[in-house]
Amino acid sequence: MKGNGSLIQVKELVKYFPVHAGIMRRKIADIKAVDGVSFDIRQGETLGLVGESGCGKTTVGRCVLRLYDATNGHVFFEQKEITQLKGEQLRCLRRDMQLIFQDPYSSLNPRMAVGDIVGEPLLVHRLVSRSDEYRQKVAELMRMVELDPTMSDRYPHEFSGGQRQRIGVARALATRPKFIVCDEPVSAVDVSIQAQIIKLLMRLKKSLNLTYLFIAHDLSIVRYISNRIAVMYLGKVAELTDSDELYDNPLHPYTRALLSAIPVPDPKIDRQRKRILLSGDVPSPLFPPSGCRFHTRCWMAKDTCRESEPKLTESGSNHWVACHLTM
Amino acid sequence: MSDKLLEVRNLRTYFYVKRGELRAVDGLSYSIDKGQFVALVGESACGKSVSALSIMRLIPYPPGVIVGGEIIFDGKDLLRLSEEEMRSIRGNRIAIVFQEPMTSLNPVLIVGRQIAEALEIHRGLSRQAAMNEAVNLLKLVGIPDAERRVGHYPYQFSGGMQQRIMIAMAISCNPALLIADEPTTSVDVTVQAQLMDLINSLRTQFSTSIILITHNLGVVARYADHVNVMYAGRLVESGPTDVIYEKPAHPYTMGLIASVPRLDMHRKQSLRVIPGLPPDLARLPRDICAFTSRCRFTLGECMKARPLLEQVSENHFVACFRHRDISVMRG
Repeated sequence: MKGNGSLIQVKELVKYFPVHAGIMRRKIADIKAVDGVSFDIRQGETLGLVGESGCGKTTVGRCVLRLYDATNGHVFFEQKEITQLKGEQLRCLRRDMQLIFQDPYSSLNPRMAVGDIVGEPLLVHRLVSRSDEYRQKVAELMRMVELDPTMSDRYPHEFSGGQRQRIGVARALATRPKFIVCDEPVSAVDVSIQAQIIKLLMRLKKSLNLTYLFIAHDLSIVRYISNRIAVMYLGKVAELTDSDELYDNPLHPYTRALLSAIPVPDPKIDRQRKRILLSGDVPSPLFPPSGCRFHTRCWMAKDTCRESEPKLTESGSNHWVACHLTM
Repeated sequence: MSDKLLEVRNLRTYFYVKRGELRAVDGLSYSIDKGQFVALVGESACGKSVSALSIMRLIPYPPGVIVGGEIIFDGKDLLRLSEEEMRSIRGNRIAIVFQEPMTSLNPVLIVGRQIAEALEIHRGLSRQAAMNEAVNLLKLVGIPDAERRVGHYPYQFSGGMQQRIMIAMAISCNPALLIADEPTTSVDVTVQAQLMDLINSLRTQFSTSIILITHNLGVVARYADHVNVMYAGRLVESGPTDVIYEKPAHPYTMGLIASVPRLDMHRKQSLRVIPGLPPDLARLPRDICAFTSRCRFTLGECMKARPLLEQVSENHFVACFRHRDISVMRG
């Protein structure tokens, strides 16, 4: 994983959340949300990050954006380490990196007119100085996400879920970022609206030359929008490769189970697919299993899987996998 | 297979709110056979959950009122039963599993008691016998260590496990009809597969009829025999699953199927978008086809009346004035 042409590089990222208990609020354990994750995101690409709830995908996104401070590891943006940036330097960085949230209901301030929600980043980063310029920029942003600029004076509750998500996208675009983390941007909107938002994101990426980290649990959507996909399980990357390759030739047993669990909306094709039914739930990240973290649910697990942890290694060209059994 | 268990006829459930009269369900008709797995598909606010609550007679009043129609179950019209008679059917002959197990389970009661309650009321079991039966049910829905787990509180279970407990409660009295209202939206995909396989196994084991309410077209394709597509309070299309996916006749059904990214789809293929927004029931014009504003086939006739279901082939019905033209256009 070399850094040529990459916009973001993540190296051995670790994020633990301490758990406190008792009167003295002593630290009793760590939730190992992210435990040694490395990947890079090339300029202009969409990297999909998938996994089930609690696998650490959102935490990775927030560490990359410096919304969380990593416990360990390094994040590079345009070849510059950003893990330790502070003050004015960090503020400048925020202009280049933005976030689109999952829930369009709780991520918009209900007391602010949507024009001001979209325009606030312009003021925070002092990108406009006159009010006519401000209004013009806000109108331009609204049009970019296919909203009528005359609706700027309205409040979030007057908009549908899909429209609110567009407002969230416009706000993220206000500072003209180079990189956007999309954290489950369509999982809270209606099916017929999902396609609209996905197409909008793809169109904006092209016209504004953006790079995305696209976090979602729905592998069908991630496959559609991403160039490459990283599959996470309990704080680790299990597999990382091109999105078509991941579907055609999944190597990690977890990826195979995940793919087979997702039904294809075509009864005739779905009936012909092989099913792997995993037993049980994802274990707690408070006490992750020893060795390979997937061994408690893996139907192929051997002694080595319980004892030693597999490293993410390149098994084909640009196909990385962390499994003892595929080597 | 023409052994009808439930028939909904021209059901109308309205809500009277500040914004006016919301016709959540407005002339819904469908039926389900014994042992059949029917999916009720649609977007939020299309009336699919309200129609399920209407069958259970659980519509909150006010603001909701079932203003008309019939729900024939086992030869009786549920809408004409007294509250007492209804209570003996609810949870006994017809059971429901809701979307969010965390808010449906009582947090301060051990799960065993919650399962046992229905057994004591409907099957007259003693407290101890009901508790023993609860253990068996937990085993049946695949909860390991059931003897110990029966004494645990809901928060001690994961979301998937909580939903299994809801299913155990629902099947405790061996219902003839199980309504599952978005049972897997709050769980992960690998758990979704486990739960859906469990629900589906009830049909083969106990020949329970199942109504699955969902917006997930993949799940529908995998499990349902028959699909009912709802839009703005009515069915717009109804047919056997294979037919619906292969030859959808309503533009809305076509749009839904084409707008979902598929796992087996390569990146170059493009997604088709249904333009516009889901309908706002308070502002919806009532005497025209509800889908006109989002439909690319709209003509003058669509604006003159509301289309009724017409038969296109065996068991396949569609409510669209232009379905013949459209099927010609699509070859």
